[in-house]
Amino acid sequence: MADTLERVRKIIVDRLNVDPSEVTLEAGIKEDLGADSLDVVDLIMELEDEFEMSIEDEDAEKITTVGDIVEYINKNK
Amino acid sequence: MTNRVVITGLGVISPIGNDHTTFWNNLIEGKSGIGPVTRFDASDYPAKIAAEVKDFDPLLYMDKKEARKMDRFTQFAIAASKMAMEHAGLDMEKEDPRRVGVYIGSGIGGLGTLEEQHKTLIQRGPKRVSPFFIPMMIANMASGQVSIHIGAQGPNSSAVSACATGTHSIGDAFKILQRGDADVMIAGGAEATILPMAFAGFSSMGALSTKFNYQPEKASRPFDLDRDGFVMGEGAGILVMETLDHALKRGANIIAEMVGYGMTADAYHLTSPSPDGEGAARSMLRAIEDAGLKPEDIDYINAHGTSTPLNDKFETMAIKSAFKDHAYKLAVSSNKSMIGHLLGAAGGVEAVATALTLKEQIIPPTINLETPDPECDLDYVPNEARKGRVRAALSNSLGFGGHNATIAMKVYEDA
Repeated sequence: MADTLERVRKIIVDRLNVDPSEVTLEAGIKEDLGADSLDVVDLIMELEDEFEMSIEDEDAEKITTVGDIVEYINKNK
Repeated sequence: MTNRVVITGLGVISPIGNDHTTFWNNLIEGKSGIGPVTRFDASDYPAKIAAEVKDFDPLLYMDKKEARKMDRFTQFAIAASKMAMEHAGLDMEKEDPRRVGVYIGSGIGGLGTLEEQHKTLIQRGPKRVSPFFIPMMIANMASGQVSIHIGAQGPNSSAVSACATGTHSIGDAFKILQRGDADVMIAGGAEATILPMAFAGFSSMGALSTKFNYQPEKASRPFDLDRDGFVMGEGAGILVMETLDHALKRGANIIAEMVGYGMTADAYHLTSPSPDGEGAARSMLRAIEDAGLKPEDIDYINAHGTSTPLNDKFETMAIKSAFKDHAYKLAVSSNKSMIGHLLGAAGGVEAVATALTLKEQIIPPTINLETPDPECDLDYVPNEARKGRVRAALSNSLGFGGHNATIAMKVYEDA
């Protein structure tokens, strides 16, 4: 879990230009981290590459917080 | 009653300098910005040289997240626009944002983004194509992004007319100010196509210089007998223009006055100029008439002067046909001898040079003019810059598709 969060955090910091401390499990990707809908699509692609997995569109739509991402990855990888 | 329009700010990213002062100093020193291609491996291409922008750091003008979502041509446009606004002393906090517009074109747009994403499509499939692909590639995005960055909510558009793009953009923006649809326009062109697809395509047309791959600084030689094609450049050139009333009200420093705009079409051929340069001649005459000037009033022409065998011959014929005897009295020079051909950005950068020619009363040279071409017999200011009286000047841009555009500027005098 901790390892997944670290890897997710690194990608989010790089893509969204936010401070690592802002990337908490509770943080909303759009509301708190300032992503727009294009950023979210881009982020999902990056995560798919990093974790060598495929995130289906209908699953991606349900992801709203950093915690959702971490949970999805840990369940599905 | 139309508004008078003045130029109050200049911004340049060019192969000979990433600010207007460095650019100008190198231009009047006759310094070439052309060298071997470093942006990709050009060893298998017929043309191996280019006028590349050196040491450009987009992060001086935008953050990393923003830079990543922009093609290189848009990054150039943002950088040049911000410099031009700073030069103009334009403070958006003090402006009505709805009266500030942007008109920046690109001849080709985000070709680098297209190449990269097409590779992704072929190698990894449609689901891997970036959501930023389209907004990065489309040629209007320089205008869009600049408006977003500075908060300019007035008129916003962009011309796409190949090598005439920059001059069309500035001319169209000038007309927007003249008719009173905005107080301030940020206008010009941006291009970044030193890329495999562009080199392959222009090479297939036979448009690029190939005889001087091992003497790059000699390759761009407009009006010289040994010229054999253009050298591709990249960059952006931006003017801040405003109505004279607006400039005076805020105490702006006026560089020159924009006075005329002409545009015509050859209606002749995809890429060849019309015989005798008829379309270009009409474009120049139209700009002079629009300015309320006579041909004899023009002391200098910043020529399109691409260094292709056809352009320089036909542009010379066009100047002779438009100016008659006066063609031999005025000075003509080509910035492309030093900066190469910036395609859609050429008119923007050359407008900056023309404004500075009027302000400084120094005419930049045409370098590499060593062997005169009997068909090019005007005064091209060979090899050395010249001090001289320049009261009014034209800048020409002629594009594939038969687009001809000319702007006219003069020294600013009150009343």
